[in-house]
Amino acid sequence: MNFDYNEEQQLLADSVRRFLEKDYDFETRGKIVASSDGYSPRVWATLAEMGLTGLPFPADYGGFGGGAIDLMGIMEAFGEALVVEPYLPTLMGGYIIARSPQAKSALPAVVEGKLKLAFAHSEKGARYDLSRVKTAARRSGAQWLLEGEKAAVLGAPAAGKLVVSASTPDGIRLFLADKPEVKAFATLDEMRAADIVLESVKAEPLGGDLALIEEVTDFATALVCAEAVGAMKFACDTTLEYLKTRKQFGAPIGSFQALQHRMVDMVIAQEQARSMACLACSKVDSNADARARARAVSAAKIKIADNARHISQESVQLHGGMGMSEELKVSHTFRRLTVLAGQFGDADHHLARFAAL
Amino acid sequence: MDLNYSHEELQFRDEVRAWLAGNLPSDLRDKVSSYSHLSREDLMRWHRILADKGWVAPAWPKEWGGTGWNLVQRYIFEEELGYAGAPPLIPFGLAMCAPVLLRFGTEAQKKRFLPRIYRGDDFWCQGYSEPGSGSDLASLKTKAVRNGDHYAVNGQKIWTTLAHYADWIFCLVRTDANAERRQEGISFLLMDMKSPGITVRPLILLDGAHEVNEVFFDDVKVPLENLVYEEGKGWTVAKYLLGYERMNTGRIGESKRQLAKLKEYCSSLKNDVRFRDRLSRVEVELMALEITNLRFLDRMRRTGQPPGADVSMLKIKGTEIQQALTELMMQAADPAAHDDFSVALRKKYLSMRKTTIYAGSNEIQRNIIAKMTLGL
Repeated sequence: MNFDYNEEQQLLADSVRRFLEKDYDFETRGKIVASSDGYSPRVWATLAEMGLTGLPFPADYGGFGGGAIDLMGIMEAFGEALVVEPYLPTLMGGYIIARSPQAKSALPAVVEGKLKLAFAHSEKGARYDLSRVKTAARRSGAQWLLEGEKAAVLGAPAAGKLVVSASTPDGIRLFLADKPEVKAFATLDEMRAADIVLESVKAEPLGGDLALIEEVTDFATALVCAEAVGAMKFACDTTLEYLKTRKQFGAPIGSFQALQHRMVDMVIAQEQARSMACLACSKVDSNADARARARAVSAAKIKIADNARHISQESVQLHGGMGMSEELKVSHTFRRLTVLAGQFGDADHHLARFAAL
Repeated sequence: MDLNYSHEELQFRDEVRAWLAGNLPSDLRDKVSSYSHLSREDLMRWHRILADKGWVAPAWPKEWGGTGWNLVQRYIFEEELGYAGAPPLIPFGLAMCAPVLLRFGTEAQKKRFLPRIYRGDDFWCQGYSEPGSGSDLASLKTKAVRNGDHYAVNGQKIWTTLAHYADWIFCLVRTDANAERRQEGISFLLMDMKSPGITVRPLILLDGAHEVNEVFFDDVKVPLENLVYEEGKGWTVAKYLLGYERMNTGRIGESKRQLAKLKEYCSSLKNDVRFRDRLSRVEVELMALEITNLRFLDRMRRTGQPPGADVSMLKIKGTEIQQALTELMMQAADPAAHDDFSVALRKKYLSMRKTTIYAGSNEIQRNIIAKMTLGL
């Protein structure tokens, strides 16, 4: 039993944190969000230099063979700084490619930071049901062609290639495709996503089926849990700071017991969320059977979703009117936590999944 | 990061588990499991079984009967007791009076009291709360006046758990009404419950059970040698006890047992999504608390720092979970049923409301976290 990061993990997380503090402060981030790309190519290059784009991929392709626990500290730091770089979509795409015959040809560019990816899976109306894929793949001679529509694909505007799920006569399969023209939109939490229309788009089969989609989604959900813990930490820290400095009725508002107890409940919620993020990441890494993994991840996401809502709402409330202002980072953290609470399934979805397992 | 127990820790757990399977009397286990009343004899019988095995006071120094187990082993042991459904070990002697004597007592006091606590010869109770002094403990008024070779004690304690079983009581009393800070005039006294002038009156709680009492002191003579530490330093002693390492504050093992029982018991409701979701949320909260508890333990093990306000967090969450489980249990019962078990679990629901009030109400725990951890 040991809940610390090892030395390597700690060093990497610390250097990511230092980099973000220096080069990804709230003001800089605001400029990146407002830029046409909605992410920073310069930051992306630095992340690649630091080894982040290769972290979870096999050494054969230039990666470091890491797992979810190796990524935890990084995702926490990203959550704290509200990083909008398309890191998670690239990791998800890479996760699938790494388990495919195309690994050798496609993965090195991902590791080097030259190729960003998006996982084009979700479709309108499917909500969180991973098995509902209407997009179809059909054979045309030696070619596979994709037909259908993917919705709100995170990171698609920046991606060079897409990993696409599609139905085939043998069930759902995964494909690698060049990205067609897409029209980007900004998500509630200031990331970029796109709806994608696939009309006879040529694709290479990656193999992989629904089980792999569930696996990569559990992996990403565990990372989202860690990211949420980072965002919760910022929300709690900044609210505590505000309670200590904001004065009303001649006293810091943190001297009022009604607010003290609410602050304490936020901190407890953060600790409980952190515990569940540890559980999710360690189960994802442990080669546990799919059921044990899914159960831990769903349990974690239930807690993260509930506590993300609790902490984000309270952080705005305790800031009073200032919490509503877009000038404060806490309001942007509110947006991120709201999205993270629902990403890859909200609490209701995971309650149903948890109970069914 | 590794959330799993080591091989040695698992072996230890299995050893404890196997011993409990063979040595926890089934009639006691059944009583606990059916929420039945546990008599003084039931409690002491189990105490003595553990004492004979040498496991009744693991945290004590070895010379006084401690096991020498490390923090994690002690935690595992306590969780296994709860999980197995063993009767509770009453903490007033083992985990409250004894640590105080070990830290502040004279050699004579240790020799006189510790072996008897260990063997279960003396049943102890705690005299802290008074009618006007609950959460604001330092406002207590029970007065002890030094008179030759003894103190004369007058006043009243309330909510005194199991005073009607007790041979001894440790009390916070006021020895100096004029101290500058009111905390400074308080002393820690040990009293024989058979002393003339002590009267115990039952206070029946909302579940109809006799568990707590009022204790009245009318010119009770307490020998000076029964003062622990210095006169006027009782608050230091009480504070030490509050920060004393309590591994099982969250009562994870016991709640796991209740959860397993609830899952079995609520099978008729398994298609009720509303009930199912409430149950799942409690289960997830308990999973989170177990890991939080282990995280704190791991940190304590590595830093050597006392747990501080961490214990408050475990108390808040642990008691909320215990209450939620009994509430669901009551809800799962057939509303038309009035067999012994159905009645007992409804009473259990009533009784468990005390958990968020006793041992420092959960509001006081939040005050502690706000002050100690958050600096508010």
